[in-house]
Amino acid sequence: MNELRPNLIALHTIVYREVRRFLRIWPQTLLPPAITMALYFVIFGNLIGARIGEMDGLPYMDFIVPGLIMMSVITNAYSNVVSSFFGSKFQRNIEELMVAPVSPHIILVGYVAGGVLRGLGVALIVTVLSLFFTQLQVHHLGVTILVILLAATIFALGGFINAAYARSFDDISIIPTFVLTPLTYLGGVFYSIHLLSPFWQSVSLANPILHMVNAFRYGILGVSDIHIGTAIGFMLLATAVLYLFCIHLLKSGRGLRQ
Amino acid sequence: MSSALSIRQLTKTYGNGFQALHGIDLDVAEGDFFALLGPNGAGKSTTIGILSTLVTKTSGSVQVFGHDLDRDPVGLKRCLGVVPQEFNFNQFEKVFDIVVTQAGYYGIPMRVAKERAEQYLTQLGLWDKRNVPSRMLSGGMKRRLMIARALIHQPRLLILDEPTAGVDIELRRSMWNFITELNRQGVTIILTTHYLEEAEQLCRNIAIIDHGRIVENTSMRGLLQSLHVETFLLDLKEAQLLAPELDGYPARLLDGRTLEVQVEKEQGITNLFGQLQRQGIEVQSLRNKSNRLEELFVSLVEKNLSKVAK
Repeated sequence: MNELRPNLIALHTIVYREVRRFLRIWPQTLLPPAITMALYFVIFGNLIGARIGEMDGLPYMDFIVPGLIMMSVITNAYSNVVSSFFGSKFQRNIEELMVAPVSPHIILVGYVAGGVLRGLGVALIVTVLSLFFTQLQVHHLGVTILVILLAATIFALGGFINAAYARSFDDISIIPTFVLTPLTYLGGVFYSIHLLSPFWQSVSLANPILHMVNAFRYGILGVSDIHIGTAIGFMLLATAVLYLFCIHLLKSGRGLRQ
Repeated sequence: MSSALSIRQLTKTYGNGFQALHGIDLDVAEGDFFALLGPNGAGKSTTIGILSTLVTKTSGSVQVFGHDLDRDPVGLKRCLGVVPQEFNFNQFEKVFDIVVTQAGYYGIPMRVAKERAEQYLTQLGLWDKRNVPSRMLSGGMKRRLMIARALIHQPRLLILDEPTAGVDIELRRSMWNFITELNRQGVTIILTTHYLEEAEQLCRNIAIIDHGRIVENTSMRGLLQSLHVETFLLDLKEAQLLAPELDGYPARLLDGRTLEVQVEKEQGITNLFGQLQRQGIEVQSLRNKSNRLEELFVSLVEKNLSKVAK
């Protein structure tokens, strides 16, 4: 029996269900990042940014816009998958998928696509908001799209791993609060690493979010603190490694099968 | 007749070292209405969990309509529908969406899924609730929703794990009418239930599992024929101070007007009534103290308990 068509229907079903979920609870998923980012634009971009002047030869508002978009993508792609997948485990409706003839690849791609789509949806909202404060001109469209897709995919996969290991709602808030948020704030969203001492510049290079933010900033503004090829190579590698690890978790039934 | 389910030497040892199944063998013929009974913790849910791939087996083999769990899990899953004991659907989703989404997981095109969802939700009396979030349904409706969801891919083998727990009598009857009709149409049914009179009325074959071992596996009729003694309760017209002396029938008064009498199969009850009549005792009504299957079930489980204790 040709399994392609049933698998495509199953994939469409999971993605559609994920999109329906985050659209249904839009006051929790789409509205908060819009408000938060609008505040960032007003306070950091307009009020404080006017006093800061330029960063890497760019108006401060222009400098922070790509980082803030990327920050929204990372946070939302991650939290969509972690809350949806853990919620399914918690309510046990993940069993609906486990008893059906759906391959681990389809399950994973479905959940990740949901996270990526929410990340991109929020990115679109934040981008439209930013146009009220500055004029964006995309320097390199291909790099911009590739980087935002890879970043959203990486963090959606990360959210999946978090949810697979999580046993309580505390477990799905620890990583975003204590790991993701500090790495994002220290990932060059608000500053160029050239402001740091050589030692801290080297330390910052170990932060994966720095590479994503700078690669995305390069795509939009044409400036970056790091080498773009290295950043994209790192993201491709991270995507592959995380994907394989997630498949291993699904096949072994980690947190799903007794 | 071909085999719907074939289990061989199935064992399961959980991570904490507890051995839930000790190498069980079980066969269910195609088209059967089969009861899998056992006390709590006997291994019923573990067995069903392994069939539905929610529990990984330690060893042994499982085949559903010839599809091996290890070699062809996709084929096996397509033949199998499971109605679990616990509610396991998204409480925030609407009834119709839950059923249609489940169809999507099985690769059923949307148009067909919608048609089937309407058919099963209508048959199970849930069509007017199709746009209601599932958490708003009553317990009985939630059970019926799980049946509709399990049927959406039209499985050849349907496993119902305690489907009538907490369901009122009227609803239980209508559910059994529906399930019986499915069985008539050729769907093999495996049922676990604590309502043993249901199993006695509905099922043709039965297995009793206890402490991870099959302690009985036979036809319902054969099992019931092995019952040697039945206990009857007689409601007397007039209150008695002492239990009457009944030759060959051990009896005791539960209260002044209720007499408990044990009757061996070959004795019959004609002689009993004759003795009562001669003593001037008038009987208003007669009933079984417990369901016949229940008596057998208890005796088999107690027998196995003493074996396990040794």
